[in-house]
Amino acid sequence: MTYFLQQLINGLQLGFVYALIALGYTMVYGIVRLINFAHGDVFMVGAYLGFFAIASWRLPFPVAIVVAMVGCALLGVLIERLAYKPLRRAPRISSLITAIGVSLFLEYFTSLKFVFGPYFRAYPRPFAVRTYELAGITISNIQIIVFGVALVLMVALTLFVNRTKTGLAMRAVSFDHQTAALMGINVNNVISITFGIGAALAGAGGVLYGIAYPQINPFMGIMPGLKAFVAAVLGGIGIIPGAMLGAVIMGVVEKLTEVYISSTLRDAGAFAILIIVLLVRPSGLLGKKQKEKV
Amino acid sequence: MTNNLLEIKGLTKAFGGLVAVKDFFLQIAPGTLTGLIGPNGAGKTTVFNLITGMIMPTSGAVVFQGRDIVGLKPFQVYRLGISRTFQNIRLFGELSVLDNVRVAYHYRSDAGLFDALVRSPRFRDREREITERARELLSLLGLELRERELAKNLPYGEQRRLEIARALMAEPKLLLLDEPAAGMNPAEVGRLMELILSLKERFKLTILLIEHQMKVVMGICQQVAVMDFGELIAEGTPAEIQNNSRVIEAYLGRPGGAGVA
Amino acid sequence: MKKVREIGPGWWALVIIVFFLLLLQGLIIAGLVNPYIQTILCYAGVVVISALGLNLIYGYTGQFSLGHAAFYGIGAYTSALITRLLPGWGFFALPLGLVAGALVAGVIAFLIGLPILRLKSDYLGIATLGFGMIMNVLFKNSDKVFKVMGGAAGMRGIARLTTFLWVAVIAVLAVVMLRNLVFSAVGRALVSIREDELAAEAVGIDSTRYKTLGFVIGCMLAGIAGGLYAHLYTYLNPDNFDFLKSIDVLLIVVIGGLGSISGTVIAGVGWALLLEGLRIVLPSAVQEWRMVVYPLVLIVIMLVRSGGIMGRNEFDFLKPADYRRR
Repeated sequence: MTYFLQQLINGLQLGFVYALIALGYTMVYGIVRLINFAHGDVFMVGAYLGFFAIASWRLPFPVAIVVAMVGCALLGVLIERLAYKPLRRAPRISSLITAIGVSLFLEYFTSLKFVFGPYFRAYPRPFAVRTYELAGITISNIQIIVFGVALVLMVALTLFVNRTKTGLAMRAVSFDHQTAALMGINVNNVISITFGIGAALAGAGGVLYGIAYPQINPFMGIMPGLKAFVAAVLGGIGIIPGAMLGAVIMGVVEKLTEVYISSTLRDAGAFAILIIVLLVRPSGLLGKKQKEKV
Repeated sequence: MTNNLLEIKGLTKAFGGLVAVKDFFLQIAPGTLTGLIGPNGAGKTTVFNLITGMIMPTSGAVVFQGRDIVGLKPFQVYRLGISRTFQNIRLFGELSVLDNVRVAYHYRSDAGLFDALVRSPRFRDREREITERARELLSLLGLELRERELAKNLPYGEQRRLEIARALMAEPKLLLLDEPAAGMNPAEVGRLMELILSLKERFKLTILLIEHQMKVVMGICQQVAVMDFGELIAEGTPAEIQNNSRVIEAYLGRPGGAGVA
Repeated sequence: MKKVREIGPGWWALVIIVFFLLLLQGLIIAGLVNPYIQTILCYAGVVVISALGLNLIYGYTGQFSLGHAAFYGIGAYTSALITRLLPGWGFFALPLGLVAGALVAGVIAFLIGLPILRLKSDYLGIATLGFGMIMNVLFKNSDKVFKVMGGAAGMRGIARLTTFLWVAVIAVLAVVMLRNLVFSAVGRALVSIREDELAAEAVGIDSTRYKTLGFVIGCMLAGIAGGLYAHLYTYLNPDNFDFLKSIDVLLIVVIGGLGSISGTVIAGVGWALLLEGLRIVLPSAVQEWRMVVYPLVLIVIMLVRSGGIMGRNEFDFLKPADYRRR
């Protein structure tokens, strides 16, 4: 039982990192109906920014997270303006292909030797790892930081979306671009802000991932990115609490499959659940049922 | 047994708490032209969707040629001989005008996948027959010069006519027209009325049509059914309907009451 | 009076293409084409066959699939197993392997397609992505069932049976059959589902049946391509059939033009020749830039021509007479 609880906590840790990535996917999808495949690579860039902030510039850990978030936000907005905005009226698949292009570009460009380099790097930890025992379950200070930072950011995001004028504008745009524009909302800015916020969260996720699983490389974003996206769909894409719920489920299922069934089957469990959920509730766990109008 | 082509008995459809169609009855005799009218949101299109199997009724029966067709899928209903047009025109935009019509005859072809893959003689024969029939319908509807255009590039009026041509492809017995005159000017409406009558004559059709333009309903329908808030409130000849107090009330609101638009 | 059928441009084009491919085959027999180039030419054909399959599924029928590489992998592993089991069958080993690969891919496509093809657009894409992920995990654990499949370490010792002639014949057949299919009643039914599924049902098309049909045929093409791939490179690794490989095929289909056979052929051949060809042509110092420039080219193509190279058009010679412009 304690072993199960222990693994549950490890799964939650993974799930919280996924959640930070999944939020960006879900917000962007909600507002422009785009599967932003480059999002996992923004997460990777965030991990590297944190890496340099800690290892090269010797910044304190909280500042490193801020650096990663700001850097990724700028990157997210830049990508949106250069690659996606010109295609907003084109077929949706064109933006998707462009997103894949941006993703490949980020991976291979940062692999160049004068950028991040193609090799694995060990992630520096700005503090010693401590573990605390509680009723037979070990929790490390790393895990506490991951939970803490992720929770703070998620609460902040929820408050931002629900309580601020910009958050209201975001929700309006996600319902209908044209109507929102008629209400005097600057749709372009709202979309950019959405990309920026999503990317910033992924950047924070990257740093947390780095300290938790201390090895990074330019292709590290592919799998967590995909899984976070799947998590967003699982919870009901476009719905912020859904992304958090889906991500936590993905993380926990992945961890439990790994320890109880087989580590080589780790990825199969989560995806099997995804397919089953889609068949039973096509719009995700928290999604609203949509009916086509005849 | 009755000789009615279509009998709708106690049809009810609830979407959650909203009852869109409530205990609806309608009989349609073969060879007749019936109008289904009512204020916006009365449930007319929902009735069409229920007849054609696009949505499942909560209760009730739709009997076509003596057979209850509730539960059949739309393509099965079509194959029995009921075809329809849509209020908001649903053509296959990226297909040519000719293909839009040809596609509707597809299921009658006994040439299968293998025949298509190798272009067998049987495939060629069927394809020629389908094409001939499609061209005949297109020329009846004045679209013969457009056959290679993409459907999405046609002007509005021609799109409406193309949808009718498509609906006629499989020799339906019952044709459901959902606001065929919507968005047309008076001259076009006049021509449409003539067209509907001539097609009905030529193909021995039975027609049920939803329409807001009273000129059409009063001009060509033999029978009119009026719906309001999902219920049948009146039925009769156009002249009877015009003087029915409940109908006038449904359209104009109760005298002195809160007329909700 | 029996009408004499005119020999249309389609037949002339076929003759010219077959002649050209035979000429290439002659050069190969004469030993004038180095083995590496031969492999790339074969690979181009394999890519085209697989991409034609995805175009049928996504371009024509409108069913978004992000799991195409899984079926490619199923075909590859199945056919490799078959030829391993039939060592003495000589000439017939490869065709048997390909047929088996196509059938297994088709049957699995049917079984998975029936439930998931109910999903629409992005959701279908995600479900197929999930299926691809699961298949990839299964490939990695394949050694637990069949030792020879090698699991994560990969499957070795497959006979090199794929030749340029095989690939050319199958690719030409695939193009001709697919062309016959899309310009037929079946093809019209598939496209009508892409355009408006509900309206298609309203004109008598059993959309479930046709979506499944398109999906199965498309996945069988992937299976055949996978079989050719297995016997071209003689080594299979689960990573050759992961999500990124599904994306590669998707890129080719979209860049060529969704719903265009001509576009898929151009984009598939171009993609294989450029991406693989540049691997030998470029000096090693700039090798790493190959994959940096490639996505930029993708983005530029999408920004300039968002419908792909051919849009939904075909070369005129591919169209039957009643589809050609007068």
